[in-house]
Amino acid sequence: MTPRAHRVVSRRGETTDTWTLALEPLPGEELPLFAPGQFGMLYAFGVGEIPISVSGASTALDPLRCTVRSVGSVSAALCATAPGDVVGLRGPFGSRWPLAEATAGDVVIVAGGLGLAPLRPAIHHVLAHRNEYGRVIVCYGGRSADELLFMSELEVWRGRFDLDIDVIVDIAGPDWHGKVGVVTKLVELAAFDPDRTFALLCGPEVMLRFGALTLRKRGVPVDRCYISMERNMHCAIAQCGHCQFGPKFICREGPVQRYDEVEPWLKIGEL
Amino acid sequence: MQSIEQTLAATRMFRNLTQEQLAALARLGEEVEYADGSRLMIEGEPADWFFVIREGFVALQTDAPSGAITIETLHNGDSVGWSWLFEPYLTHFDARSRGVTQAIRFDAATLRVRCAEDHELGYELMRSFASVIVERLQATRLQLLDVYGRATVS
Repeated sequence: MTPRAHRVVSRRGETTDTWTLALEPLPGEELPLFAPGQFGMLYAFGVGEIPISVSGASTALDPLRCTVRSVGSVSAALCATAPGDVVGLRGPFGSRWPLAEATAGDVVIVAGGLGLAPLRPAIHHVLAHRNEYGRVIVCYGGRSADELLFMSELEVWRGRFDLDIDVIVDIAGPDWHGKVGVVTKLVELAAFDPDRTFALLCGPEVMLRFGALTLRKRGVPVDRCYISMERNMHCAIAQCGHCQFGPKFICREGPVQRYDEVEPWLKIGEL
Repeated sequence: MQSIEQTLAATRMFRNLTQEQLAALARLGEEVEYADGSRLMIEGEPADWFFVIREGFVALQTDAPSGAITIETLHNGDSVGWSWLFEPYLTHFDARSRGVTQAIRFDAATLRVRCAEDHELGYELMRSFASVIVERLQATRLQLLDVYGRATVS
């Protein structure tokens, strides 16, 4: 429950309001090992604590990365940190993407907006174990070209022959020459075998519902669609009830959940 | 390369057409190719054609003072144009090829006459286009929701 001090090693601007912080534990502290999909509670000292998606694997080779959008006082304070600053971190918490279960079949990753951040470690895992999976497809939708995350990495991924990645934006200016429309369009166009596909989705809840619907229309069984949900996590250990969603606590049973297990509650407004 | 009929049979939008109806439609189609930047349709012009994209990528655009705004892009298997179905048969947007686009182009005026003569064909085609219109309406609604807009949390 006590935050462990971590130093900000670097800070990279993804968009005008979204930053990726690379963190390392202070000397004597252990590097926390986050599985793809798990989240942490990031603490800006003196301001407050918020749940943050881990966007970079915390391995010996790769620092822990957290991607934060500045939308309130705590996230603004975190985004304003500079290399050398110290923040608090609790975690890892929650469930993980079903990457072991998805082996031998195709993997369809559907990300919308900031939703690419918690999927990034899953993509890294799949690419690091590429021979264990069939076709790997990444469908990424954003509001506009200048609000896409990890642009340089998207370009690297696009250059690979063993990964199908496609990007689409809702709003396009004259300088955007890519696809325009909603991310479900990419799911319709993607080539995969629905009978042996696992789908991982993260993004705004409306997008998750329509993404799952499109996957269902393509023939992917709903019990092989997994979503990562966001809720107002406070304690992160299923005690405070802030993130209760129907009979579940998102901090404990989530954030990654099988779609058919949460679908009934997604249809209840303001839950 | 697939014949026009085979290409149409493989598209989702024409999946309900019978073999005879597909053949009748295919007879009104011709293979065309558009260079990067060339226009398949021009806003405000008579809607004499509609297209099915075989290979490529078409942007639906309208002009604004800042330049052409792309509203949507269409891809393999998509149809381009439905203004030919409804009076006054005028195209609403520019359709511009992004890269080289191979498509099947249909003579819409002749097809309208065929649909008037053969109501079963007309009904199935109307169903096919209605399903495309509904899908694009749903997509437009999602775009209007601006789901990637900023949340107001901590």
